[in-house]
Amino acid sequence: MLDSNKDSLKLEAMKRIVAMIARGKNASDLFPAVVKNVACKNIEVKKLVYVYLVRYAEEQQDLALLSISTFQRGLKDPNQLIRASALRVLSSIRVTIIVPIMMLAIKEAASDMSPYVRKTAAHAIPKLYSLDPEQKDQLIEVIEKLLADKTTLVAGSVVMAFEEVCPERIELIHKNYRKLCNLLIDVEEWGQVVIINMLTRYARTQFLNPNMNESLLEEGNDKAFYGSDDDEDEEEDEKDKKAEAPAMAKRKPYVMDPDHRLLLRNTKPLLQSRNAAVVMAVAQLYFHLAPKAEVGVIAKALVRLLRSHSEVQYVVLQNVATMTIKRRGMFEPYLKSFYIRSTDPTQIKVLKLEVLTNLANETNISTILREFQTYIKSMDKDFVAATIQAIGRCATNIGEVRDTCLNGLVQLLSNRDELVVAESVVVIKKLLQMQPEKHSDIIKHMAKLTDNIQVPMARASILWLIGEYCEHVPKIAPDVLRKMAKSFTNEEDIVKLQIINLAAKLYLTNSKQTKLLTQYVLNLAKYDQNYDIRDRARFIRQLIVPTEKSGALSKYAKKLFLALKPAPILESPFKDRDHFQLGSLSHLLNAKAGGYQELPDWPEAAPDPSVRNVEVPEWTKCSSREKRKEKKVEKPFYSDSEGESGPTESADSESDSASGLESGSGIEESGSGSESEESEEGSESEEEEEEEEKDKKKKKKELKKPVQESESEQSSEEEVRKHERKNKQRKSDSESESDEEDDSESESSRSESEDSESETEVKKKKKAAESKPPSKPVKKEKKEMSLLDLDDFEPAPSPQVTPVNTFLSSSLVTDLEGLSLSDTVLSPATTSPCSALKSYELLHRITGEGLCVEYCFSRQPFSPDGNMVAVQMQVTNNSTSDTKNLHMEDVKLQSGMRVKEFPEIELLPAGESATAVMGIDFCDSTQAANFQLCTHTRKFFVSIQPPVGELMRPVFLTENEFKKEQGQLMGMNEITEKLTLDAKCRNEHAIVQSVITAANLSRVPCGSDRECRFAGRTVTSGSLVLATVASKEEGAAQLTVNCEKMVIGTMLVKDILLALTQ
Amino acid sequence: MIHSLFLINHSGDIFLEKHWKSVISRSVCDYFFEAKDKAVDPENVPPVLQTPHHYLISIYRDKLFFLSVIQTEVPPLFVIEFLHRVADTIQDYFGECSESLIKDNVVTVYELLEEMLDNGFPLATESNVLKEMIRPPTILRSVVNTLIGGSNVGDTLPTGQLSSVPWRRVGVKYTNNEAYFDVIEEIDAILDKSGTTVFAEIQGVIEACVRLTGMPDLTLSFMNPRLLDDVSFHPCVRFKRWESEQALSFIPPDGNFTLMNYHVSSQNLVTIPVYVKQNISFFETEPCGRLDITIGPKQTMGKTVEALMVTIHMPKSVVSANLTPTQGSYTYDLATKVLVWDIGKLNPQKLPNLRGSLSLQAGAPKPEDNPSLNIDLKIQQVAISGLKVSRLEMFGEKYKPFKGVKYVTKAGKFQVRT
Repeated sequence: MLDSNKDSLKLEAMKRIVAMIARGKNASDLFPAVVKNVACKNIEVKKLVYVYLVRYAEEQQDLALLSISTFQRGLKDPNQLIRASALRVLSSIRVTIIVPIMMLAIKEAASDMSPYVRKTAAHAIPKLYSLDPEQKDQLIEVIEKLLADKTTLVAGSVVMAFEEVCPERIELIHKNYRKLCNLLIDVEEWGQVVIINMLTRYARTQFLNPNMNESLLEEGNDKAFYGSDDDEDEEEDEKDKKAEAPAMAKRKPYVMDPDHRLLLRNTKPLLQSRNAAVVMAVAQLYFHLAPKAEVGVIAKALVRLLRSHSEVQYVVLQNVATMTIKRRGMFEPYLKSFYIRSTDPTQIKVLKLEVLTNLANETNISTILREFQTYIKSMDKDFVAATIQAIGRCATNIGEVRDTCLNGLVQLLSNRDELVVAESVVVIKKLLQMQPEKHSDIIKHMAKLTDNIQVPMARASILWLIGEYCEHVPKIAPDVLRKMAKSFTNEEDIVKLQIINLAAKLYLTNSKQTKLLTQYVLNLAKYDQNYDIRDRARFIRQLIVPTEKSGALSKYAKKLFLALKPAPILESPFKDRDHFQLGSLSHLLNAKAGGYQELPDWPEAAPDPSVRNVEVPEWTKCSSREKRKEKKVEKPFYSDSEGESGPTESADSESDSASGLESGSGIEESGSGSESEESEEGSESEEEEEEEEKDKKKKKKELKKPVQESESEQSSEEEVRKHERKNKQRKSDSESESDEEDDSESESSRSESEDSESETEVKKKKKAAESKPPSKPVKKEKKEMSLLDLDDFEPAPSPQVTPVNTFLSSSLVTDLEGLSLSDTVLSPATTSPCSALKSYELLHRITGEGLCVEYCFSRQPFSPDGNMVAVQMQVTNNSTSDTKNLHMEDVKLQSGMRVKEFPEIELLPAGESATAVMGIDFCDSTQAANFQLCTHTRKFFVSIQPPVGELMRPVFLTENEFKKEQGQLMGMNEITEKLTLDAKCRNEHAIVQSVITAANLSRVPCGSDRECRFAGRTVTSGSLVLATVASKEEGAAQLTVNCEKMVIGTMLVKDILLALTQ
Repeated sequence: MIHSLFLINHSGDIFLEKHWKSVISRSVCDYFFEAKDKAVDPENVPPVLQTPHHYLISIYRDKLFFLSVIQTEVPPLFVIEFLHRVADTIQDYFGECSESLIKDNVVTVYELLEEMLDNGFPLATESNVLKEMIRPPTILRSVVNTLIGGSNVGDTLPTGQLSSVPWRRVGVKYTNNEAYFDVIEEIDAILDKSGTTVFAEIQGVIEACVRLTGMPDLTLSFMNPRLLDDVSFHPCVRFKRWESEQALSFIPPDGNFTLMNYHVSSQNLVTIPVYVKQNISFFETEPCGRLDITIGPKQTMGKTVEALMVTIHMPKSVVSANLTPTQGSYTYDLATKVLVWDIGKLNPQKLPNLRGSLSLQAGAPKPEDNPSLNIDLKIQQVAISGLKVSRLEMFGEKYKPFKGVKYVTKAGKFQVRT
């Protein structure tokens, strides 16, 4: 049929052949006939031929070569599916001769236009590697190239290839680390698993142990409880930070690498995946990498998996069992989820039991034991045996319940089922060994059982017990030996050995009664079939029966036999399994599987984090992102953008304007340099403070058309108060909104996040940027009608404010409410920060030879660069002559810092003063910026050092947002300090004033009047800084600062403390 | 990664094998058969087995074993999850996952497996991507194919494979645009002898059937999302949106899918819809026992309890049961020792009761444990946790879809200890 001309017949024939292959029958005889059809036009026939080829090419290498040319042609096909499948088949044909062809094809496909073909190329790499490992070096080059690929489709496959070919070349990941982290959520689920597992290993080599400090402490404190020792650590941490400066120097406080944080943050949402493997992968990542306080989040997700298929349960429970040994507290709230149902398969039951046992502690032991009681009655005897073991372990671990357990187990001795009794005996034996004195009655009881119990292990255990504690039961012991001697020949080997032991021990303690019996037993043993028993009998006879030849040893016989034996420790089989990476096959089997990569230990010192920096300068990255965006635009998936745009998206038209607004500020943020609203705004408010500059500004304003005119009204003092307030409200509202956007933007720029939201944000920005210029004039004409006005910040006449408000979405309204609540308090912060500004001296009048320079931090956004702190300088010429060409030179900075110089002041007449603004990017550190101040005659060395409070800018948060953010910055990131408020600053207003003076933060509305909350972000990295002052009776108060950057947090605490106590 | 796959039926015949790398002899399955013989129940076969050269990871679904052969380290859940996905796909294509159906469609299954894995690494597992590449068999299509020689295999790359919404294909068209959501809640509970709740929680799932034209963007919001303790989503759901405003926003896959799974924890008070009075006892002296079960409504939120069923796994020694139900019928399967009492609707006026005697094997000791009762029930039109969908909005398309939400409460693993 294969030779027929009709496709349908061919298809039928191929189907039969494939069915044969599927059933495992040999169809290799047909090879020549099938290969002919490789060039068949019908795609289904072609596919089936491919299937056949891949299966049999290895066996018929010569014939397979006939088909190669077809694939080579296929590789050039315009249809990407055909290119991909040609590569797939070509690489699957395991014929060594074509290795060079494959290599070439892979290299070509790796730079294919279609990501799907590139993905196939990534798949082909391990195939070629397994065929010919000598190609490794070339393949690594391809992997390196593909790792740089930015599409989600390729990421998973290439990491897979990386893992199979060169898992040791960890340095290949550096440059791609951040990209992988950011792409992760969009990668298909299988790729996610592989990437997460790889990143876990990577992180272990590159970052420091987040629990470092704790583990140091733990060495001192014996193993404490998880929950409690965490608290302790926090306290310790505080102490560290607070007082002991020298100690701090010695043991540097741990600061999590931002990349480490990035990984943790980006994997967390994946806990909600429907794919159990992904959830497990994230869980193991958190278990191995996260600070202790954060590991807890995985418990809930893992418990959820317990509802899944029984195989999934099996694997998850194994891992949970390992985790519970280390982190008991994590699963304690979910104790009941591990309760056992009679319908569970036995292996699941046993694992659940293991978990329950690990979770048992003083508080929950009674409930657990009650559960165990019902389990003991189960029909599943293996499970009952496991339960008894579990009770034994609970009893050893928790002293309080030992007696209860023992009593319960003794009751089980009267159980009808022999297995149960036997298991109990074994467990009781272990328990009794811990405190035999108290329990001679139990031993007696057990001695009686020897008549009934047939299970060898149990009999052996009883005999051992009696022998060991024969002094406690002097009357019964010989009797038992007598009975045993009678049945000796019929016993199992282990029982026989124990009978010999018993005899020996009795002989030593009570030789009068048992001498004959012992000899009888030994004689029987002498002729036993088992050589172990014969040996033992011979050995014991020599040892205990005194003969003339007996050596020195017999003197010590008693010591040998009746030495105190240490009680056995019952421990979990899952102990120490965590040296295997959780979730791995090796962990499950507790043995190293082939190809398993050890999870490395944390490094002592962190390797250079800068290796992960991608050299591409900021703006090109931006544009490349946008380029990618454009690719995405065609696809209709802009989903997350809406999720991101936050409070406004539900109102349709409004959202547009809001995003326009965001984009306005966003553009500036990303440094594209386009003139934007916010910068104008910034300069305007500057103008409010700086009377001198007014003229200059006015010129500018005039250029800026009527919109600005009303602004000047705003600054004028005749403005009606009410009106002003409304403006303010609107302004701060929009400010807060843009701030929020700034946050997300700066956050993303910090992490160089390229995940879809930020991408789409950029996209929006771009769109908005494009759409903006044309729309502007229109806007101005019909101001009243267009909602887009919102982003122009012009003060609408008061009646108009209300209609605008109705368009705001509900959440925005709540924002507004929050604002109006705190309006009075906020006003000093937003409108007149300059009143609270503190000026510092840069150049003294005397050293400056009459030139005096003071500077202050104006707390205005520095318009040319959002990452810079604006420094306002007041230059006064006190000398008698004019100063010319005042400018700065020779700037010396710490790495990473940048300075935007102030424009040269050409002429400063004697007795006059001038103001100049410069921007400094301090990189979130308090390092000083050194430079020279030059006049036409002289140079002065000066330096500006910022107080930590100036390294941030205010952020508006609602109370809920604040709480949420605070919740995420617990643990190491939280610093709490108790203080006594200065007498003058006990009312709320004073507190707010002094905190705002000390740090550039904004007030967060708060329901309670005893608490004042403040929020801000660091200027450079945009890390959130949250401060809370909770006042109590008589001036006592507590200050809490949450900040991801612990150094900043610590310094800020000091500053605020100082401000509040003086 | 995954090296080979064997499908094995209940009696231990290998009826399909597929190798993604070099061929592995089917004798490797002997280790599995050994383990299978050792375990009495097929459910008790360990999912992961170690053999000298390979690792075997297997799942048991619909009376079939899916056995995969692994050679190197791989997360076991990865394989297990994939095998389940294979079973799901087969079920999706042919309606159920049974030996005879797979045998009938062996070529399609083989092609599917070929597409799902490349060199042992999953390539395409989204059912709609697969369906574009290999079309599921329908009667109409097979007729058309024989007449005009069409093929079952797509010749272009499925659009889903490349887009960022791989779960939806482009160009979906319906004349009737409908979106249905079923909120199904299952009560997992353990009640002890006296009827007090030892443990209870609710597991919910939202199954969706969406037949909408184009690229709709849906938002489903709840009246009381705070109830939900833990959730997991279909990949289409935007997680950020859920975190910020507790609403499900997504571009749905076409057809049936599970939108979300959720969990209402035991911390919340879970209402138990029925109570059970039971008395099962075995006599010490004679080889027989007595059984008396009554079920009554407890908190049913004014709805009728339907499809009530009690399943009891009797001790091995129970030979026969001689019972009289006041409602419904009962069966006792001698081989598996399972007693099933199918009650049907629960009538609050006349409570169903099952009473009678059990006879035991002569000479067998009295079973020391009473069997526990597994209860099955269904309550229509109510979600027992009180979860309510408040509204469904659609963006991105112009037409008005028909929307519907249905609530059902079922008993999940509902067990009464006796």
